[in-house]
Amino acid sequence: MADIVLDHVTKRFADGQVAVDDVSLDIHDGEFVILVGPSGCGKSTTLNMIAGLEDISEGELRIGGKVVNGLAPKDRDIAMVFQSYALYPHMTVRDNMGFALKLAKLPADQIKTKVDEAARILDLVPYLDRKPANLSGGQRQRVAMGRAIVRDPKAFLMDEPLSNLDAKLRVQTRTEVSRLQNRLGTTMVYVTHDQTEALTLGDRVAVMRSGRVQQFASPEELYDRPKNIFVAGFIGSPAMNFMPVTFEGGRLRTAFGDISPSPAVVSKLAGSADGRSLILGIRPEHFEDAALVTGAEKADGVTFPTTVDVLESLGADKFAYFTFGGEVARHAELEELARDAGAADAAGGGDQVVARLDAASGAREGEKIDLWVDTAKMYIFDPDTGANLAV
Amino acid sequence: MSTVTVPAPRAGRAARPTGSSTDNSRLLAWTTVNTVIIVVSIVPVLWLLSLSFKTPASIPDSHFIPRHWTLENYRGIFGTSLFTRALLNSIGIALISTFLAVLLASMAAYAVARLRFPGKTVLVGFALLISVFPQISLVNPLFNLWRELGLFDTWPGLIIPYLTFGLPLGIYTLSAFFREIPWDLEKAAQVDGATPYQAFVKVIAPLAAPGMVTTAILVFIQCWNDFVFAISLTSTNRSRTVPAAIAFFSGASQFAQPIGSIAAAAVIITIPIILFVLFFQRRIVAGLTSGAVKG
Ligand SMILES: Nc1ncnc2c1ncn2[C@@H]1O[C@H](COP(=O)(O)OP(=O)(O)O)[C@@H](O)[C@H]1O
Ligand SMILES: [Mg+2]
Repeated sequence: MADIVLDHVTKRFADGQVAVDDVSLDIHDGEFVILVGPSGCGKSTTLNMIAGLEDISEGELRIGGKVVNGLAPKDRDIAMVFQSYALYPHMTVRDNMGFALKLAKLPADQIKTKVDEAARILDLVPYLDRKPANLSGGQRQRVAMGRAIVRDPKAFLMDEPLSNLDAKLRVQTRTEVSRLQNRLGTTMVYVTHDQTEALTLGDRVAVMRSGRVQQFASPEELYDRPKNIFVAGFIGSPAMNFMPVTFEGGRLRTAFGDISPSPAVVSKLAGSADGRSLILGIRPEHFEDAALVTGAEKADGVTFPTTVDVLESLGADKFAYFTFGGEVARHAELEELARDAGAADAAGGGDQVVARLDAASGAREGEKIDLWVDTAKMYIFDPDTGANLAV
Repeated sequence: MSTVTVPAPRAGRAARPTGSSTDNSRLLAWTTVNTVIIVVSIVPVLWLLSLSFKTPASIPDSHFIPRHWTLENYRGIFGTSLFTRALLNSIGIALISTFLAVLLASMAAYAVARLRFPGKTVLVGFALLISVFPQISLVNPLFNLWRELGLFDTWPGLIIPYLTFGLPLGIYTLSAFFREIPWDLEKAAQVDGATPYQAFVKVIAPLAAPGMVTTAILVFIQCWNDFVFAISLTSTNRSRTVPAAIAFFSGASQFAQPIGSIAAAAVIITIPIILFVLFFQRRIVAGLTSGAVKG
């Protein structure tokens, strides 16, 4: 077990592409850290540099206090689970799991004990003599994990280990991974492009974009205090709603009425011109059916009438989609998020707003309804820098 | 790579009361074509076999099945050191050339498939160029060079030109196989603690084994069948291979044609090729890499 420190690490590929740009992360011993971000943002490259599979162009990488920039993968004592699993097809499950131990010249009886133990933890005992070709996707995934845990390495690296499983199995395995890490207490760096996976698994999560770490913090912190519009739009499901807002006469003029900004925002905006446009962010869960909000709470927010275009009932909640009919908030980072999600209804995708209402709400498709929004939980972003003005 | 899925046999086929006419005519066409191909390729072989069992007198009798069977031709060729020694040379030279070609070609093909280095395309193009180079044009220069270097009429004198033509073939075949092996397997091996050499030997090479066997067979056949170099770069029993030695067979008398002996020798040297292919057929066909990744 060991801590992993990335100290201003940069990766420049031979073709000049900068895949990882000045990344600094301080991963504590035993910590479960997630690297999350849209595809192509440099997550795998970062992980490969930690593993030693890619050279580090600039900066320093320390594992357990030792600089390892020049060390070959085999001398770093870390285990890795690949997205493709990369099981050795000509070896049985037992040999796959024991391969690293055999290379380390452990006696055969010890290898057997360790492999049997790992197989027991992962429910692989009946499959030990099979070849990977004769296993299901979930079993292959577990063999890949088993290959890592038999070794008792300094750290685990996992590159989207669940992305090839179907949705149900993915959720199941997610909890297994979590349990496994708790039990072993080994430092883990886990790459995913799925924000749900990131929030549920990580002690701390590094959100990456274009090779840079946008924010490295606990899931709660990322959710409550996103540093910029990219993190705000990436974390949370359904994604945060964004809309244009103008700052006029010390008040924020929104599509659903004027509100007074928080003191933090006021101090940030002091001196900026009247009529400046900003971007307002509201999470779907901070809307509510006005009929369900009681007196005292109601005063902390704004109530406004709207018409529900589409209503999705999910049992526990209802998702109401509506529009304000005004302008659309535009930002390069929002467009990037929308592209990554590959869907128009993602963050920044048009002027559609989604509100997550209680199941008790009487909202109906095509009908008018009064919605309430919690103004204390709104985010204001600088349209030029994308920075969150409230933090 | 995805797992290979075997298409389920069409259930309707057998159950259908009357075979559809298109199915039948296609079957007929295929059968005809296949029969013609098999007949065309096997008749000369059978004819050779027949000749090898005929007595010298009955050779021109134009009967396909010999009237008088004899093993005299076989006894005759194995009785002369001309043939037995040539057989030894053939086996030795072909095996050594094949071994070296597969060994060197594996390394080169691996580099071609896996590494990015300047001049790679030039190198591959050059290899292809060599493999289509007319061999006969090398005979004269090699003849002179080998005499200067003392390689004339030696095993290395033949092994070297065989490698020249075996390597491009090997590099080509093997790099296709190496390209099919997922990169991640090697990365996984390295993270598991393997040196690059161990990763190659324990993970990559076993997966490329079908490719190596295929390559070995192709190179072996190429060396085994060569006549041009064998006849020009040898002069005695020391290194003369069977295809060249056959040209030196003499008949029972000065005027008799040694057709029976030639046929017998031809049959004998076909046997290793047949065995080689039969023995490794399964290896060649088996796709080992299925199940390496997700699925
Ligand atoms: N070997 C390489 N040569 C050049 N560019 C590369 C190479 N590998 C990855 N890249 C580029 O680096 C960026 C980051 O890649 P990667 O780390 O794989 O992203 P992620 O895992 O976050 O999806 C991508 O734009 C990709 O095209
Ligand atoms: Mg990746």
